Amino acid sequence: MVSGVMSETAQHIPGLFARVIYDATGLAPSPWASWAMGFVVVAMIFLPAIGLFAVMAIWVERKVAGHIQSRLGPNRVGPIGLLQSIADGIKLITKEDLTPDGADRLLFKLAPYIAFAPAFAAFLALPFGPDLCFEPNLAVGVFWVLAILGLEVMGVILGGWASNNKWATFGAMREACQVVSYEVPLGLSIIVAVAVAGTLNMVTLGHLQGGGLHTWVIFRNPFVMLSFVVYFIASLASNKRAPFDLPESDSELVAGYHTEYSGLRFSMFYFAEYAAMLVVACIQTALFLGAWHDPFGLIGYYYEQFTRTNNTAGLVALNFLAAGIFVGKALALVFVQMWVRWTLPRPRIDQVLYACIKVLLPLSFVLLVGSCVWQLVVPEVTGVPWQTYNPFSPAAWRGAGGTMVTQVLLALVGVGCVGAIVAWVGYAFVTGRNLKQRLTDPSPIPERV
Amino acid sequence: MPTCLAQLDFTTVATGVLFYALAAVVALSAVGVVVSTNIVRTAACLLFALVGVAGLYVLLSAEFLAAVQVVVYVGGTLILIIFGVMLTSKSAALTTGARRGEVAVACIIGAVMLACLTLILLRTTFTSDPMDPAAPYPVVALGTALLGNYLIPFELISVVLLVVMIGAAYLAKARRGDR
Repeated sequence: MVSGVMSETAQHIPGLFARVIYDATGLAPSPWASWAMGFVVVAMIFLPAIGLFAVMAIWVERKVAGHIQSRLGPNRVGPIGLLQSIADGIKLITKEDLTPDGADRLLFKLAPYIAFAPAFAAFLALPFGPDLCFEPNLAVGVFWVLAILGLEVMGVILGGWASNNKWATFGAMREACQVVSYEVPLGLSIIVAVAVAGTLNMVTLGHLQGGGLHTWVIFRNPFVMLSFVVYFIASLASNKRAPFDLPESDSELVAGYHTEYSGLRFSMFYFAEYAAMLVVACIQTALFLGAWHDPFGLIGYYYEQFTRTNNTAGLVALNFLAAGIFVGKALALVFVQMWVRWTLPRPRIDQVLYACIKVLLPLSFVLLVGSCVWQLVVPEVTGVPWQTYNPFSPAAWRGAGGTMVTQVLLALVGVGCVGAIVAWVGYAFVTGRNLKQRLTDPSPIPERV
Repeated sequence: MPTCLAQLDFTTVATGVLFYALAAVVALSAVGVVVSTNIVRTAACLLFALVGVAGLYVLLSAEFLAAVQVVVYVGGTLILIIFGVMLTSKSAALTTGARRGEVAVACIIGAVMLACLTLILLRTTFTSDPMDPAAPYPVVALGTALLGNYLIPFELISVVLLVVMIGAAYLAKARRGDR
């Protein structure tokens, strides 16, 4: 059991900032100052970052959609359409804030906030780096984020019902059906990873994966690798993203649960969707994809070194690098979410329920049992890489040779998959015609003779 | 830093403020549950009350219980809303008014409950042990207890729940067959 490995050293509120400020000013650490810093971090870092992410992601989504469907996407406002979302934002802010006649006014006005706040609150438990987690001592971090994200559903359902519109109500009811079906596979696929790692604390989960690619949780055994896929599918459903965008399904229900919303309240739903996309991608990164660690275990190694020698400058640099890696991995997953959205058609609601309850649910049960049995049969190395064992020295793996072989093999499989996709996309990129023209010129692309 | 701030104990002030804020949310939403005649609004108020209680659990350092509270009761209110919307027609029946007799009975029961709780609160001497930092985290202890010492009762309860689920599915299916 490795829980609480780091909890003695980890400080409340981004510990690193606190340490830097206390070192620079010579002040004694004070809970009031830490508390105030918490507010500053939330107001000055998380909120603008999420806002900026949503604005950029909407532009990227439209660009991705355009290119996947042989269109151009936004390209008029600003260079390659970069300012399109800003223009949309101005439009949304200046729009009239309508409340339909006969709507439940209170719930109608409240619903967008109920939808947005949980996605925002979930960021507090995410580990962006070894010292860059808002609440590193949250022992039930994974479970907490899951619970908080579940609240978002209520905003969608209350908003849909309160609109006094049958399309919106249908959207809300579909969302309710969908929740009942995807929640269990989502939770079970997370449990598979948690059972392998042996902790619910997200920072500890990160530290456990610091020994290079083969120590990432996804490569611990084949069952975890499959539950990565199950989690991804269930997380698409939880974000109401196509192919599971039944609550919105604009071809049948106008715009589903947010049919009656306009202006800023409508954009709150959008912000909630994109924030939730980032949150589920971050959870996936932290749980399966090695959190903030690079594939070679360098960050884990140097973090251990710098902590031992108390090198604050090194730790600051390392943490920012780690945050970059963490966010980079999450953004790559967000890109895959967009890619899937614009590639796959939408199934009917009964097909969604079938897929979640009759396919994913039994599959995730099998994966959970399989993963537990695997852990019983194959002896594994326990402990934090670099702190308790050297992940690259065969001596450390003595007695756990089966685990090492599996992990290295699975890591190679993973590298092969990613490499194949990158090569494929790269090939299309190189051989595609007139790439620059596609990105910038609104006029039709001339046929090659 | 001003001396007056430094003198105040941070934990006492912060937990005090948060406790009263959360308690106000819980109390107001609980009143909302009773007063509101619209079934979906009642469910929404219930949601706020239950999430507020989860916040109180966090103040008591019981994050696991708080997360369970949110997960379980959000699902619960969700089902309540679905029933509220699906089993009643949109127009009239969504509002549930209480008759005078019912109000009287409810008031009597409420008063008795309040009296009992007040009596218990006044007569009990509460002891509180500070948490032992060396003890394993409660979640670890809970997991060991559920899948170790109390495995058989835990599994038996699951079997009872399974029986209930099968029974519900059977009843729903039989009813549909009649039609």
